[in-house]
Amino acid sequence: MSEITSLTLTELVKNIKEKKISSEEATKNFIERGEKSKQLNSYITNDFSSALKNAKNFDQKPNFNLKLPGIPIAVKDLFCTSGVKTTAGSKILSNFVPTYESTVTQNIWNEGAILLGKLNCDEFAMGSSNETSFFGNVQSPIDKDLVPGGSSGGSAAALAANLTPITIGTDTGGSIRQPASFTGTVGLKPTYGSCSRYGIVAFASSLDQAGPMSKNVKDCALLHEIISTYDEKDSTSIDFKRNEYSKELTNNIKGKKIGIPKEYRVEGMPKEIEDLWVKGIEYIKDCGAKIFEISLPHTNYALPAYYIVAPAEASSNLARYDGVKYGFRSKGENLIDMYEKTRSEGFGSEVQRRIMIGTYVLSSGYYDAYYLKAQKVRKLIKNDFDEAYKKVDAILTPSTPNSAFKIGEKTNDPVSMYLNDIFTVPINLAGLPAISIPAGLDVKGYPLGLQIIGKAFDEQNILNIAYAMEEKIAFKNKITDWWIK
Amino acid sequence: MTIDLKTIKHISKLSRISVDDKKAKKLAIDLNSIFNFIEKLNELNTDKVEPLTSVAATTLKFRTDVVKSKDIRSQILKNSPEDNEDFFVVPKVIE
Repeated sequence: MSEITSLTLTELVKNIKEKKISSEEATKNFIERGEKSKQLNSYITNDFSSALKNAKNFDQKPNFNLKLPGIPIAVKDLFCTSGVKTTAGSKILSNFVPTYESTVTQNIWNEGAILLGKLNCDEFAMGSSNETSFFGNVQSPIDKDLVPGGSSGGSAAALAANLTPITIGTDTGGSIRQPASFTGTVGLKPTYGSCSRYGIVAFASSLDQAGPMSKNVKDCALLHEIISTYDEKDSTSIDFKRNEYSKELTNNIKGKKIGIPKEYRVEGMPKEIEDLWVKGIEYIKDCGAKIFEISLPHTNYALPAYYIVAPAEASSNLARYDGVKYGFRSKGENLIDMYEKTRSEGFGSEVQRRIMIGTYVLSSGYYDAYYLKAQKVRKLIKNDFDEAYKKVDAILTPSTPNSAFKIGEKTNDPVSMYLNDIFTVPINLAGLPAISIPAGLDVKGYPLGLQIIGKAFDEQNILNIAYAMEEKIAFKNKITDWWIK
Repeated sequence: MTIDLKTIKHISKLSRISVDDKKAKKLAIDLNSIFNFIEKLNELNTDKVEPLTSVAATTLKFRTDVVKSKDIRSQILKNSPEDNEDFFVVPKVIE
């Protein structure tokens, strides 16, 4: 019964609750498909034998009141999993076994989910194509020559290829939404402070957020209500009243005011993305929502500001990798030499580049010119959104300025790689929630996504808009299982 | 502004990442192209703008500092590249 793996999470939960499928049967199916899909390279570490054992245990004493009863799930290898290797896609953590569990993953195990394994990602989540991983690049299930996007590329590929019914990623500048857009899946970047960062390998602490990736909006809402909890172990976790997002999900968006920012019409954007955006606007009108032209005047400055703030925070966060307490260590003639060799051999080139940028912008004499300047621009970007939200309830834009690109196409030009995140980065700088939903295919048959940006803590609203649009769009992904021999 | 090789060597020292000449040259090219792109920010006058240090509109909360994990010393040491009984081992630092 190979169809088990193509079920949505909601369908799978229903089947398990109705005892039509056992957890063991479901888990076996995902494992078998995972074994046949090694070519995609979406797993860094599989935990298949434990998964099967845990599934059998669940079936012996099932608790169908849980929200994820015996559901096998693979997660991005940026979440610390107690007793299971966690690498962040880096050589420097290639042998690291955490003694603790991230809050977000603990939340899903508490609801009955079972860990299938850890999914590939760009090294320390720094990348937009999953090509910076120490464990090799990931092939997109859409086409063997395509990147799945990044940094949650392994998560997006595994989800689109039906290796996991749902997954969680992290998003610092677009790392959930861009791969979701490239693979025809749904990805939500929650409001900053909504999901705990405890136990997630840190990249840029003021921007990082974990979020759900799924096959449809309903699954996304369900997973989000499970992972979004207040956590005293994360000092930036915010204690606000969280919804039961999946229960309160509605396609009634009549009277909602949706803003269309003119600054997102960028030069060189393919006409099919512009057309898709127009189509999206029509769908929203059909649902009874109202469209308003708005302006986010500092949009063009978001990416340069991001490439100061994110590397600055990364250079500080990654200072902990010194080859002493855990991780890879290189031999050195003395302590300093050991540090320098460890970090030179343990980090890949993109990570080194970003540490260097960050160190430079924070160094004596340059702090005001770069870091302080970027923080001020960040304020202007946030002000733009605050101003827009006086008039509208949400904002609709394309998720990315292009569909998935070819493996190797952008690896030699960091700036062209960075430009991929032009539509997603402003949202992280402002700490807002945004969801990417599949909205169509380009001429080559590659998926394209639309992004709905919400007010802070207004995830329910953007989920509702996404839910209403999803119905109108009726997206069908073209995946041929080409990698299964 | 251009970042020269001397600056690259200086940053590499601050970053504790050893960089040979070949790598330094490549880094200089990449960093210059990135900083060219970043220079765009200078188009904006930000003299009167307050810097945004946190998007979370709350003050950081205090909690009591309590040890919750028990007896994980051996598990923690298992992750270390080199240890000796209950200690991490590093290259000799005192002559």
